[in-house]
Amino acid sequence: MELHVQKLSVARGGLAVLKDVSFNLSAGQALVIRGPNGVGKTTLLRTLAGLQPALAGEINLDPDMMAYAAHVDGIKATLSVEENLAFWASIFGTQGIEAAIIAFALSDLRDRPAGTLSAGQKRRLGLARLMVTGRPVWVLDEPTVSLDQVAVTMFGTVIEAHLEAGGAAIMATHIDLGLKNAISLDLGAYKATSALEDNFDEAFL
Amino acid sequence: MIALLRRDLRLAVRAGGGFGLGLSFFLIVVVLIPFGVGPETNLLGRIAPGVLWVAALLACLLSLDRMFALDFEDGSLDLLATSPLPLEGIITVKAVAHWLTTGLPLVMATPVFALLMSLPSTGYLAIMVSLLLGTPALSIIGAFGACLTVGIKRGGLLLSLLVLPLYVPTLIFGAEVARRGAEGQPYTTPLLMLSGISLAALALLPIASAAVLRVNLR
Repeated sequence: MELHVQKLSVARGGLAVLKDVSFNLSAGQALVIRGPNGVGKTTLLRTLAGLQPALAGEINLDPDMMAYAAHVDGIKATLSVEENLAFWASIFGTQGIEAAIIAFALSDLRDRPAGTLSAGQKRRLGLARLMVTGRPVWVLDEPTVSLDQVAVTMFGTVIEAHLEAGGAAIMATHIDLGLKNAISLDLGAYKATSALEDNFDEAFL
Repeated sequence: MIALLRRDLRLAVRAGGGFGLGLSFFLIVVVLIPFGVGPETNLLGRIAPGVLWVAALLACLLSLDRMFALDFEDGSLDLLATSPLPLEGIITVKAVAHWLTTGLPLVMATPVFALLMSLPSTGYLAIMVSLLLGTPALSIIGAFGACLTVGIKRGGLLLSLLVLPLYVPTLIFGAEVARRGAEGQPYTTPLLMLSGISLAALALLPIASAAVLRVNLR
């Protein structure tokens, strides 16, 4: 499995934000996306995950290969931790949520309603969801927000295990996870300058 | 898909899920109408089909804005959109869940409410059949409206304005079935029209809704 992204341009709210982004990523590698606030990290990740169309350029992998994790975790407050995970497991047609529960130390919380969890615990649950998707490429938007040091280490271990199992990860993050196979991409160099020509979004703004 | 349906039903019956909201609204309207128009059974019986249909329609509307807005706010809509389920399927399942928690209880409770409205006994079957065949259309048309307004904070008002005109055909034929039933006339033609509207909505609107949702999620 190789991900090739060629000359990708993306837009947000009717404005082109990034132009001609190209990178390659093979199995076992992690791509760390960096750049100042507002440069288009989230937009790039949403485009890769298939949530919005690209303006131009090519992504060789289907969005069905990607598991997306956004700023918010998609947790239902009235369902328990276990019910939340089991739901996503059955949506993605995978078996077994135990590995995910153990990896993110959620065993003691499994019967708690997810609404009573702390911000960091919710994030751990949101990241545990990635493990039950069974998809090879993880697309992560600021995965370590509100995690403490221990949880960040936990997350680093999970990512390393995922990479070793032949997966890949693309993440926008500001902290260093100490991953062995990480390549870095600074989006500052790809900032778009020209306005859009064919503006579909403007009709909706 | 089944998992999504089960989750939505489970969410609906848990705290703050809104199950019974439509039903209690229906009850309140139907109890209040006789206070408003007076205790004349003849008059009540005559307006009963229309009142029951309008009340059912408004009861359906009440829980529509939660259908996608809650999932949008907590991010699960993004995650569902990137899941293996087709968006059209997700929308259909959510409309079905809405119908099971709002439309179906209304149909079941209609005999009791019809009694409160002094509907002639000949009309019971007709009003139940018309609601049974008409409320699915209300849910699926409502899902389309909910998709249109999903990104908008407090989109409930806009949603009502968008959806209510679309409910007009269902209301006309549904109330017509109930009225003819109450007067003992044959009601096959409006019933066929009503079923036709429901089936057409079910066939076409999930596709339109999915297209709208894709634009709203980008």
